[in-house]
Order: sequence, then C-alpha cells, then structure tokens
Amino acid sequence: MPDSRAPLETYEFRLPKVDMGQFLGKLIVVEGPDSVGRSTQVQRLRTWVEASGYAVVDTGMARSKLTKAGLREAMSGHTLGPLTMTLFYMADFADRLENLIIPALRAGFVVLTDRYFYSIVARAAARHQDPGWLERVAGFALVPHVTFYLRAPIEEIVARVVRSQSDFNYWESGMDVPYGPTIYQSFVNYQTKLVEVLDGLSSEHGFDTVDASRTPDEIFDYLRSRIEPLLTA
Amino acid sequence: MQFRPNRYPGKLIIVEGIDGSGKSTQLSLLSQWLRSQRFVVSFSEWNSSAIVKGTTKQGKKKQMFTPTTFSLIHATDFADRLERHIVPMLEAGAVVCADRYAYTAFARDVARGVERAWVRNLYRMAVQPDLAFLFRVPLEVALNRILGGRAALKYYEAGMDLSLSPDIETSFALFQERILNEYDAMTDEMGFEVIDATGTIPGQQREVRRIVRERIGGSLDRDILRYPADGGASAG
Repeated sequence: MPDSRAPLETYEFRLPKVDMGQFLGKLIVVEGPDSVGRSTQVQRLRTWVEASGYAVVDTGMARSKLTKAGLREAMSGHTLGPLTMTLFYMADFADRLENLIIPALRAGFVVLTDRYFYSIVARAAARHQDPGWLERVAGFALVPHVTFYLRAPIEEIVARVVRSQSDFNYWESGMDVPYGPTIYQSFVNYQTKLVEVLDGLSSEHGFDTVDASRTPDEIFDYLRSRIEPLLTA
Repeated sequence: MQFRPNRYPGKLIIVEGIDGSGKSTQLSLLSQWLRSQRFVVSFSEWNSSAIVKGTTKQGKKKQMFTPTTFSLIHATDFADRLERHIVPMLEAGAVVCADRYAYTAFARDVARGVERAWVRNLYRMAVQPDLAFLFRVPLEVALNRILGGRAALKYYEAGMDLSLSPDIETSFALFQERILNEYDAMTDEMGFEVIDATGTIPGQQREVRRIVRERIGGSLDRDILRYPADGGASAG
C-alpha cells in the first residue's frame, strides 16, 4: 500500500521554524542495501537531469554539516551503541532535510537522494529497535515523489563486495550486533535482514522496485523512463 | 507516557526543574545520604556524552541548530548515556541519579516549538524512572538565582534562536517561563513528586529523603548493590 499522503507533504509532524512555502522541485529517492550500485545510478541521473535542463542537488547519508565530523569519528571506533547510532543518523537526516533538501525544493531543484530515512529504519530494525517507533521519529520527513528500491538477492550483494576487492565493512556486516561468528557470516545474515526490512518498507510506502542484478545501463534506462514524466509534469 | 519499564534491580531517581531551581544541589545531597547507607550510586548528567560532545559544541558555536536538530542531537546524547551508562548500572544494581532526564526535552524542546507528541515518541527509548522529582520555583526566584551570580548566558540556553527578544536576559526569562509552563502542564501525566524549591535547602532535602524512603525504601534495602562496610564508600 503506497503512502496516502501527497508528495512533499510531511508524514505526520510539522517542522518548527521551517518555511514549507510552495515547493516547485521534485524529491527522488534511491534506496537499497549496501553495494547495489545506488551511488553510480545517482551520479548518472544527476548528469542526465542536468543535461535535460533541470538544476539538481544530490545528497546522501552522513553528509550533513552538523554531524559529518562527529559521525565519522564515532563510526571509526567501536564504541557507538545501536540506539546512539540510529539517532545520530536521524540528526544527520534532519539537518540535510531542513538545510538542503527543503530549500532546494522551494527553489525548484530536482533533489536526488542516495537513501532516505528508510535506510535508518532498516538498520535500526536490524539492531532490534522498533521500526514503528523510528518511523514516527522521522515523521517530519517529506513524502518523496518516487522512491526507487534497488533490490538484489543476498548472493548478488556478497558477489559485488568481493568483486570490488574491498573488505566486508564492520558496520555493513552488523558486527556491532553481531549477526554471526565471522565477519562473512555476520555480513550475510545482517544484509539478509536489511533486505527483509526494506521489503516491508517497500510495500508500506509503495517503492518502485528495481532488480539490481540487471546491468547498470538497463537500470539507468528504467530509472530515466520513470523520472522523465515526473520532470515534465 | 510510554517509557520502557525498569525491569532491572537498580533504581533510577531523576530530578527536573528550570535553571536555578536548586535541583542539582538536592540530588547531590540525596546521593550523599544514599552513599552513607553504603548504596552504590552512579550519576548521569544531561548533555554529557563524549561521542556527541563535539557535534553539540560545533552546532552551538556556529548556531547551526534548528529546533528539530537540537532535539535530535540531545536525544542522541541521551541515547549514548542510556546504553553506555544508565542501563548497565541499573542492570548491575546501582542507584542511578540523573540530573535532568527526558522531561527536560519534553519541556525545553516543546518550548522551542517541536510538537509534544513527536518529542514524547522520540524518548520512548528511555527507562521509566522509579522516582522523578520536580523542583518547582517561581520564575522570579529562579531568575534572581541565575542572573545574579554566574557566567554570561549562552545563545541557545537563553532561547535566542526563538527571537523572543533581542535582549538576552529578557529572552532567557521568556524562554524559562515557557519551560516552566511545560513542566507544570505535564506534572500529573508524568507523576512527578513536586518539591517546593523556595524552601530551605535542608528542609527540601528532608522532604526528598522522606519520599525516597516511602516510595522505594524497601526495594533499596533488598536489591541495591552496596559498598563494603570497611569504608569503601569514601572511595566511590
């Protein structure tokens, strides 16, 4: 069941001291677990949307001015607790929403965001926190025009990490929980759980699901075909 | 209000009140009394998490906070203290004394403009205190105590981000008044033990100790970890 609210309405709560004014822009979200190629697609979309003549702002998790340095430092150690991590990311999200996304939408930009608060909910749920609680915490968020969910089976996610010659990341493996006796086992179990939660959010919010095991060109063509009518609307 | 119930052997005692209500003094005296009975006491102060400190400092210095991010960063700080300190200490059987708790956010963040229902939901992660004291003092008394003898008021502390007044002391007074009203409005809902904070310090403390004995005295004797009898208390 998709969201009953119209795009760019807030889910539940108003943001104090934020001029919601008239939104002229579009809010496009690319969601999905780790290593499914989200950022590549966001980069390609940015180039294409700009070539089509629309100004673009792109953003993604942990990039807020307020929390960037603090989050980086917290994530570099192993003392960040699961609840603290969840709320730190929520503060990052709120800062980018209020200071970047909303002003850009007012000014008529196309906002491309590499993940939205849904990923924070998924990570929190995978750390045994109540997703219903956290969705209400994020109740000040705006309903996006569209959320693309790049979905891949766990074997595909593992293969992508291995092919990229990078190690399994501590946090992306849920080692802080942990989800298994080895980092590989923990990665597999944790990412499986993430996909399960994202699937739930997808049916709740009506994500546009894209099979991430298709080629990057095929995915890009699909995203473009879905975004084009939105831009000219 | 739906906090998580305290299912641990330890006890959680918290104090609330506007700046200048004298709550920290009373909490400190209470902890001395508990320690004198050899109960293990552990303190938790509002806004003191090492992990979040740098972000809070930067946000305040550069005036980067909105009401929503101010609230979320303080909730992050609270979460860190909760999972790193408060909950483990309760599990181990200590008395945790908290100088300000979720109610500070309920009063202050709402005074700053966030929705009541939103911030109350945010702190559903918190553990239900066994005892919550509200030190109630008329605004003028608190203002005299604060504005008399201490360092200059700070921007967010004075609610300058709300543009209530260009004069920082006037802004502080108006902001504290809003906070006081929020505390009053939630008193019944939250089940505060209200202490008249205009009384003498020893008089208030007698009242606090009486309430502690009455409400949780039995479970303190039964469940709380103690310092050894040979004077270990002084090392704590």
